[in-house]
Amino acid sequence: MTQVCKTSKAIGGMGHSMKRKEDGRFLQGKGNYVDDIKLDGMLYMDIVRSPYAYAKIKKIDSEAALKVPGVLAVITGRDLEQYNLHWMPTLMSDTQMVLPTDTVMYQAQEVAAIIATSRYAARDGREAVRVEYEVMKPVIDPFKALDPSAPVLRTDKPGKTDNHIWHWEVGDKARTEAVFASADVVVKEQMHIPRIHVASIETCGCVADYSKVNNHLTMYMTTQAPHAIRTVIALVAGHVGLTEEKVRVISPDIGGGFGGKVPVYPGYVIAIAASFLIGKPVKWIEDRSENLQADSFARDYHITAEMAGTKDGKILATRFKVLADHGYTDASANPSKFPTGMFSIATGSYDYGTTFMEADAIYTNKPPGGVAYRCSFRVTEAVHAIERMTDRYALEIGKDPAQLRFDNFIPKEAFPWHSPTGWIYDSGDYEAGLRKAMDAIDYEGLRKEQTEKRAKGELMGIGISTFTEVVGAGPSKDFDILGIKMFDSAEIRVHPTGKAIARFGTKSQGQGHETTYAQIIAEELGIPAENIQIEEGDTDTAPYGLGTYASRSTPTAGAAAAVAARKLRDKARKIAAYLLEVSEDDLEWEPGKFFVKGAPEKSKTIQELVFAAYTNHPQGMEAGFEATHYYDPPNLTFPSGAYICVVDIDKETGEIKVRRFVAIDDCGNIINPMIVQGQVHGGLTQGIAPAMYESLIYDDDGNILNGTLMDYLVPTAVESPNWETGHTITPSPHHPIGAKGVGESPTVGAPPAIANAIVDALSPYGITHLDIPITPFKVWKALKEKGAI
Amino acid sequence: MIAADFNYEAPTSLDEAFTLLRKYGDEAKILSGGHSLIPMMKLRFASPECIIDINNIPGLSDITREGDIMKIGALVREAQVEHAAELLEHFPIFADVTKLIADPQVRNMGTVGGNLAHGDAANDHPAVMMALRASVVIAGADGTRVVPIDEFFFGFYSTAIQPDEILTEIQIPMPSPYTGSAYHKLERKVGDYATAGVAVQLTIDANGICTYAGIGLTNVNPLPMRAARSEEALVGKKITDETIAEAARYASDDCNPSADLRGDVEYKRAMVGVLTKRMIHKAAQRAVA
Repeated sequence: MTQVCKTSKAIGGMGHSMKRKEDGRFLQGKGNYVDDIKLDGMLYMDIVRSPYAYAKIKKIDSEAALKVPGVLAVITGRDLEQYNLHWMPTLMSDTQMVLPTDTVMYQAQEVAAIIATSRYAARDGREAVRVEYEVMKPVIDPFKALDPSAPVLRTDKPGKTDNHIWHWEVGDKARTEAVFASADVVVKEQMHIPRIHVASIETCGCVADYSKVNNHLTMYMTTQAPHAIRTVIALVAGHVGLTEEKVRVISPDIGGGFGGKVPVYPGYVIAIAASFLIGKPVKWIEDRSENLQADSFARDYHITAEMAGTKDGKILATRFKVLADHGYTDASANPSKFPTGMFSIATGSYDYGTTFMEADAIYTNKPPGGVAYRCSFRVTEAVHAIERMTDRYALEIGKDPAQLRFDNFIPKEAFPWHSPTGWIYDSGDYEAGLRKAMDAIDYEGLRKEQTEKRAKGELMGIGISTFTEVVGAGPSKDFDILGIKMFDSAEIRVHPTGKAIARFGTKSQGQGHETTYAQIIAEELGIPAENIQIEEGDTDTAPYGLGTYASRSTPTAGAAAAVAARKLRDKARKIAAYLLEVSEDDLEWEPGKFFVKGAPEKSKTIQELVFAAYTNHPQGMEAGFEATHYYDPPNLTFPSGAYICVVDIDKETGEIKVRRFVAIDDCGNIINPMIVQGQVHGGLTQGIAPAMYESLIYDDDGNILNGTLMDYLVPTAVESPNWETGHTITPSPHHPIGAKGVGESPTVGAPPAIANAIVDALSPYGITHLDIPITPFKVWKALKEKGAI
Repeated sequence: MIAADFNYEAPTSLDEAFTLLRKYGDEAKILSGGHSLIPMMKLRFASPECIIDINNIPGLSDITREGDIMKIGALVREAQVEHAAELLEHFPIFADVTKLIADPQVRNMGTVGGNLAHGDAANDHPAVMMALRASVVIAGADGTRVVPIDEFFFGFYSTAIQPDEILTEIQIPMPSPYTGSAYHKLERKVGDYATAGVAVQLTIDANGICTYAGIGLTNVNPLPMRAARSEEALVGKKITDETIAEAARYASDDCNPSADLRGDVEYKRAMVGVLTKRMIHKAAQRAVA
């Protein structure tokens, strides 16, 4: 189905590729980021970090540091302990040190903080702090963490006797085992979804500004969820007087979040404590290495994946067993009831009867996590598992992986579709997406070319990923974070002259909300999007909301905007009936005005109606033109996509060239096609990243081996192929504007398409699986082991 | 960059620079393009007491030919090399190497001289200059000396340049007719150090005999390395699949790479072999073209 714009270009409602309203300031370098904030008397903080993964702190000697000109204070865990601020909860109700009193649990952990009058003095002070450690042997390998001989890491937890955090399972174990036992074909692979980092351009930071006179904290910080953070601050620091009405969180422009700016990091808390004690603003901005080495990682799932099927290609069952390495503490940012996030979407886009999934989370001496890096919640891991195994199964039975998918897709007539793990997929047309992608890339032609190349010994591969995403968390009956339900909000105020300001509980980090939210309101009210100012990120002015992550802004706050605008349109109808002296039922709406049925010359524009709301409103009606809505979604939305990747591999060097990449996304109705395309481009690049480049690597002692961007390989424009994008449109039946969310689909869908293409290229040599990131060295080694070179 | 405190000097003549070098000794670092020095200062691996910025010294920014010598001044940027027509005509290897050095921003600042003076076997120009048999001009208060590239590198970050001296120029002998050159490195992504890199220059006479071979290797040895046995395997012979294979095998055997995240020793040796083979082919094609 195609989407038709209902509004004129001048109004700029849904479907118009209007230029982003925020880009004027960004492109001129006039954005306002946390590090741009400068306050009178502001002090600067730097942080001493542990060089060891596991060590007892014997002594922290601050004497030399305090002699560095400009250094005012050195704060340790013992100092925070006096105020009971040395521990904090994680979003998963685990606990995390703010600063240690006795033991460090991972390399780069915060050990002490320096407060100084300049950024340089703070760093000089950091260099001068002397810490004596007693180094202990860390637990790094997650497979050894549950060994009875492994040291118990969380001795702070009374009665803890092992490194196990939680067990989770879903599905029908007995039925799945029975199907596996009798199936003709069973394939199995052990796979690792690597520990990676969001590596946003802007690192994390804050300015904590506590006023002793007013007993009030203003916290400027890089957070994707300002309201939730305000509540967390009040919960953590309420006992020292920072109750919620005395806390204002301001999240200014953000240079990329991707889930990494959802958690509360120790640095924020230390900065608040320092400002609280000193009574001056304290700025803390991480440097690039600190960001990469200490802030929450993502992924790090070890998955034993199995698929059972018939000889001719009908999937019968899947089984997934996960070992989740959370590092020192479970600092995920999942909804409370979902310790593995939405991993249970791993049954995929396929119609089969049964599955069983289980996961065990463990502690190791690595930085805590894992955040939901542009993946909704653990959907990347799920999609990789199912899409890799689908290709693995096709390879096993010698069937074309595209045909195998067609033979197993959930048919479009079957929606809403109840998955074996309890999801109700709202809508989808998987066959149309894959067909479109295959046509765009000339799938048949590529397979012919591949046959010819294989005859010559050349390595060419074609990989498919037909994924289903699950986003828009979420319905309040199931979704909360720390007990706060995952609704989101919009508040629209239309001024007498017909221009508007709208505020939201979400927070853009580059997604373009200032444009897309305005377009949604323009669609519903007919006020030009250009005349609608969007604001987010200030807890004193915006309505409460859970923030932006998990592709949830359009499904929740976008829906709230549409519903609030419809409340206003209903009010406008009443005013129009009054002004035109007709019954409300005699009025018809077209974007921008109400007119009398059969007499279109009798009409009132929305601007006239708004003006009347302030100047000539019907007696008995509330004056003004404002509406607020808190939207509690009835279901999640289920975007999908069909991606096809073609690779050529240099057999002698193992180098992989992505020749083509076609991405057909279905995110339902589209608000701004240009912004969707931009989202997809960025997401695909962040998909190629773990597929071919990125992975945080630790040695046996817990030292990070690639803790700077010299070695942690974030792909650039040079590594990015020419992304070929397109879409199918299957509107969400339950969402007010039929939208589904798109931000994370490409990050989720791209890695298995690339991995499948590479394995496809190498499969003539008996290679059935390679863990991502698949590097030239890994390819060469695999070919060498198989005797191919 | 939150570097440690340092003094900054910007002399406008070499004599002024030498005076400053005598004053600060080991505690001074020369700033040309800064793309090796500044990251080290950022990480506080280097905390020099004084930065001597030589960018205001005239006469160091030219590429000129004087008879049989091509001269590259110490402040010549990589971006300048990319557009130096006469240099590229005689030494196509520079078109290969500059586009593999990081990204345009880095090439706008980074200098060929700095790339050598940093004394890092992971940099690209050392291998290129070895293949071309270049020499390095080093100037001090007591005069200048010309050091063959083979005698220039001493150890990790250590070269023939003394603390009171400055690299002022690189001199490359003009090639004989029918000479070709080529460079390639494997890199994990743009801007990465080489997994392995190979620079080759060949001269092939009218009878198809190789009369000159220069082969340099990048990042597969503690010091920048010339593959001498590989060169010997080619000189005096026709360039055939057999001689190429022999030269490639020697390069692979003679280098001494370390395992890192780019690959293990076996892989790096294999890549030296593959690249040596490919670059000999490419240089030979350019030689007869």
